[in-house]
Amino acid sequence: MMDWAYLFEISLTGLASGGLYALAALAFVMVYKATRVVNIAIGEMLMAGGYLFFTFAAMWALPLWLAIPAAVLACGLLGAVIERTMIRPLLGEPPISVFMVTVGLSSVLIGLVEMIWTADQRRLPEFMPNQPIMVGDAFLAPKVFWGAVIAAVFIACVLLVFRFWRGGVALRATASDQAAAYSVGINVPRVFSLAWVVSAMLAAISGIIVGSIGGISSSMGVFGLSVLVVVIVGGLDSVLGALVGGLIIGLVEALAGVYLGGEYKLLATFVVLVIILMIRPYGLFGTHEIERL
Amino acid sequence: MRIGTLKESYTADAALFDSRTQKIWLAIASMLLMLFPFVASDYWLYLACLVAIHVASTTGLNILTGYTGLVSLGQAAFMGLGAYTVAILQTRWGTPFALNLLAGGLVAMVGGIIVGIPSLRVKGLYLAIATIAASFIAHFLFANLKITGGTAGISLPPARMLGIDLDTSFRLYWLIVPVTVLMLLAAANLFRTRIGRAFIAIRDRDISAEVLGIPLLRYKLLSFGLSSFYAGVAGGLWAYFFRVVTPESFPLTMSIFFLAAIIVGGMGSILGGILGAVFMTMVPELLKLIVDLLPGGAELTVFLSPVRLIIFGGLIIAFLVFEPLGLAEMWRRVRRFFHLWPFRN
Repeated sequence: MMDWAYLFEISLTGLASGGLYALAALAFVMVYKATRVVNIAIGEMLMAGGYLFFTFAAMWALPLWLAIPAAVLACGLLGAVIERTMIRPLLGEPPISVFMVTVGLSSVLIGLVEMIWTADQRRLPEFMPNQPIMVGDAFLAPKVFWGAVIAAVFIACVLLVFRFWRGGVALRATASDQAAAYSVGINVPRVFSLAWVVSAMLAAISGIIVGSIGGISSSMGVFGLSVLVVVIVGGLDSVLGALVGGLIIGLVEALAGVYLGGEYKLLATFVVLVIILMIRPYGLFGTHEIERL
Repeated sequence: MRIGTLKESYTADAALFDSRTQKIWLAIASMLLMLFPFVASDYWLYLACLVAIHVASTTGLNILTGYTGLVSLGQAAFMGLGAYTVAILQTRWGTPFALNLLAGGLVAMVGGIIVGIPSLRVKGLYLAIATIAASFIAHFLFANLKITGGTAGISLPPARMLGIDLDTSFRLYWLIVPVTVLMLLAAANLFRTRIGRAFIAIRDRDISAEVLGIPLLRYKLLSFGLSSFYAGVAGGLWAYFFRVVTPESFPLTMSIFFLAAIIVGGMGSILGGILGAVFMTMVPELLKLIVDLLPGGAELTVFLSPVRLIIFGGLIIAFLVFEPLGLAEMWRRVRRFFHLWPFRN
């Protein structure tokens, strides 16, 4: 006999954590859309955000309203530095080179974190309300709920900002046709920087949320693997895909974790990934590129 | 001074090693390889074996990624397939090691072909991530199937050759290095054949290749198969070398290591694969030596593993930014310098 209430509860938790995936996936898609770089270090950038917040809030004892923006800004700065030193010199190189640079970057970031903060697991200061949340009869862990709410708010903000702000228009123009964007006077390299900075900031926000739910450690980058699955499932260059993919993967992970066992979580998501790739090679909403000779 | 190459017959043009200098250096290199175990200490022999295994696997990945242009992050998983096959055959039936190695290669080959099936539809980075999926699924199978011994893995007895147990680095050297050299020669030869040239055509532009009449699916699968065969044999050697195989032996970072090795060495060059594998294996060891030599080394060892990670990543980034063609290109430059000396390049 299926326990429907339980299933509902788990699905809810899954969808809520899917919201977090969606936020991180948005950070990924932003960079991919504008610069065609597959940033495999997205999980490590998230981790960097979490650790920066840890430094500001726990080690320097800054108040939260200062620590969070400081961490986000510092991570944005990191994004700018990465773009300037590693991504821009590779403009025009084959995509796989840039992909490998981000692989190297993830290794460097993990190394730096282990060197500065050691590999031990740390706890972030509490900042979310811890009243349990009830949806109907279903119980939802407060941190997961508020994390999802924050993620949703930020996703909405980003979408609105990039629809109406000039910089957002420039970004979308660059994404759809770089040469044309250049010729109408858009400063494409600056758009590249912008995309990386915004992406790093979004990663920092999700890093702070993820870290405050599960603690931070130097292996936090594994979260990035799930994010990678999310964006592949949704389509690398689709914002909608990132959102839908996030929810799907969150749901699949939660269900697999409960009904099959914890070790099946990643397996289930990767099986979903393989199935989707077989049916739609460019993800659910990704652009199907037309190749010409 | 050797300025150009003069060829007087087609046979000379098609030769695997086309100049006399090359042959002489090769002879010297093989002599050194044969002398090495008699002069080197155990530690260096251990490293040599490890390097040889890495070279074999890297060369396999180079066939796939460097020559055919299909990026794979599953090389370690295929090594795992080979290693498990060898371990199971050795412990269950005690079949001779040569047969086991071959079987390991073939099983990995089948795995590679299965993973390669999406490669016709999925390209570039989608494919790279699909191969990550394959490596996770393989890891899961290793950890959960009955035959693989679960998380405890399998310990296997040493390989036996002519009644001698190959249980020291010195003895294993005579198994691992010749197998690797053989595989290197085969790989170098491959690119003088129709198959190898088809691979290169696919890398350069796969749709053009298809227009030229190269069946894409068949050659892409063949490339996946060959590359995994190399990985499987390397994995088998790995199993005999460490004599214990666990699901954790072949993590995703190992696949990244091989990809990094061909990038650092030089994609699409046999020499590049060798140089890259040697370089990437030796750098952490050299780092360890340096730390040991420094005063206060004991305290510094805490930082060893993060520093390794940073150097590993830093090397990949630096090579891609400053020397995208890798060590092989540096080597070519050095050679050109000597060819042209005393004139400027």
